[in-house]
Amino acid sequence: MNDFSYSRPTTTTEAIQTLLSHPDALYLAGGTNVIDHLKLGVVTPSQLVDIRHLGLDKISTDAQSVTIGAGATNSAAAYHHEIQTHFPALAEAILAGASPQLRNVATTGGNLLQKTRCTYFRDIHSACNKRQPGSGCAALEGFNRSHAILGTSDACIATHPSDMAVALTALEAVIHIQDQSVVRTVPIEAFYVSYGEDPAKENVLKPGDLIVAIEIPRTAWAGHSRYVKARDRSSYEFALASAAVAVDVDAGKIRNCRIALGGVATKPWRAHAAEAALVGQSATPVAFRAAAEAELASAKAQKENGFKIELCKRVMVKALQEAAEMRRA
Amino acid sequence: MDNFEEQGKGGEGVSRRGLLGAAITGGAGAALAPLLGNRAAAAVPASSPSAPPASSAAGMTLHVNGQAHWVEIEPRVTLVDALRDHLGMYGTKKGCDHGQCGACTVLINGVRVNSCLTLAAMHTNEEITTIEGLADGDRLHPVQEAFIEHDGFQCGYCTPGQICSAVGLIHEGHTKTDDQIREGMAGNICRCGAYSNIVDAVKKAMKVS
Ligand SMILES: Cc1cc2nc3c(=O)[nH]c(=O)nc-3n(C[C@H](O)[C@H](O)[C@H](O)COP(=O)(O)OP(=O)(O)OC[C@H]3O[C@@H](n4cnc5c(N)ncnc54)[C@H](O)[C@@H]3O)c2cc1C
Ligand code: SF4
Repeated sequence: MNDFSYSRPTTTTEAIQTLLSHPDALYLAGGTNVIDHLKLGVVTPSQLVDIRHLGLDKISTDAQSVTIGAGATNSAAAYHHEIQTHFPALAEAILAGASPQLRNVATTGGNLLQKTRCTYFRDIHSACNKRQPGSGCAALEGFNRSHAILGTSDACIATHPSDMAVALTALEAVIHIQDQSVVRTVPIEAFYVSYGEDPAKENVLKPGDLIVAIEIPRTAWAGHSRYVKARDRSSYEFALASAAVAVDVDAGKIRNCRIALGGVATKPWRAHAAEAALVGQSATPVAFRAAAEAELASAKAQKENGFKIELCKRVMVKALQEAAEMRRA
Repeated sequence: MDNFEEQGKGGEGVSRRGLLGAAITGGAGAALAPLLGNRAAAAVPASSPSAPPASSAAGMTLHVNGQAHWVEIEPRVTLVDALRDHLGMYGTKKGCDHGQCGACTVLINGVRVNSCLTLAAMHTNEEITTIEGLADGDRLHPVQEAFIEHDGFQCGYCTPGQICSAVGLIHEGHTKTDDQIREGMAGNICRCGAYSNIVDAVKKAMKVS
């Protein structure tokens, strides 16, 4: 681990100012991703700016939405009564990720910004465009069983690892970002950018930008939402394929739905094609399967991860079935 | 800035803070100064980029098992390393060192965490409990008793982490069924595979706690 200094600001302005005046400093929230990367040499900051003392850990609710402070722990969010009751897919997604120990310190903001688990990204001796732009992508010809089938490019095929972000994408969360002068809001779908040429650029954050909160709107479908995750072991493992689904079913017909996929794409993947295929349809397994086929039509398999295409379809169908049943219950 | 603990040894830390404030933040003022050492702040001349970073150890107080300990360590020292290498408390085990096995689990303010993925400097105002701090004198903690009664280990390396994790799990209060115990203890890997006995031990401890 390289040497670095540690600071503990108590206001957001101080924290942002410190980052702006030290471009190679990093925010430190729960630290479960940053400290891991420090040990691997993936990041070598001059300073860690501890943002756990900025009062960003509140979870508040009103008639329109629930707002989770960026510093609220994953455990606090997952066990929050309002979130469990009205946004079940979010609670399920968080609890399907990492371990209790990690969730007890990992924060909402840190979770959104966690980096890919691609082995080559984590090995500083490998070629990796995401870690070292222009160095190539070792995964294209290497071990790529866990890599993405949607949104890939010749530059990078890594998946975004977060479960929570998938649920937040289906629930159309809005990210509140503070800079030197203002707090702006960005819908989560626009927050994560497509890789294109530069896989190192994953989101719209500018230097110094601090995520302060994540707001989730109340909708007719959020309460009937499910998160289904398939992985290599039954717990404490990243997704091979996952789906967050929210549906509004009326008299057997799908009035509205939101679907997002995880473990299969380079960013939390909003399944617009599947949604379009479902609206107005009867909530039947046949319709669910057709929607899954529509979404995965553009999937591109690598040498080792072709199985994810069928796996993802089945995960989607299961999530849709479960969510539709909640509606009837 | 928080009232970060730098007192305790002749006020050395206070002058360090002042020094760093001047050296690093320039016009931004001492309020933004890093609290603990800094390679940029160390007087390494620009002409010798290969010079090793100056030692940036700084003093801080860690509250472990009800006792205050003064340590002089760098900000990069993780909590597990501070406990083992600086405080000589070897009960907490270092397994994978990447948050993947749970052997290093300790309780911070009663909440279970992986001590390998957190820095000691982050926890100066908090109460850290390790396996050494669970027993009350000669009387073992109920979770320790239950692990012995149900033979919840073989080689024992993961055990301090398992026990601290179980204490945290019971305190969290979300767990009732065997399946929930399995899921709730998923952050602790046991290579010997003593899992079924661990579940029995946790179940027993839940009853008596
Ligand atoms: C063994 C293991 C298994 C895991 N399994 C899963 C899993 O199954 N599913 C899953 O989703 N996750 C999993 N995780 C990842 C875990 O969820 C993340 O490490 C965690 O959510 C990161 O949050 P943090 O607060 O610790 O972030 P940190 O490590 O503190 O920060 C992460 C990044 O975000 C930046 N940052 C943090 N907060 C802010 C903010 N407010 N504004 C701007 N920038 C910020 C930091 O600078 C850093 O770059 C696993 C992790 C481990 C170690
Ligand atoms: S897939 Fe992306 S993260 Fe992995 S090696 Fe290639 S460029 Fe790097």
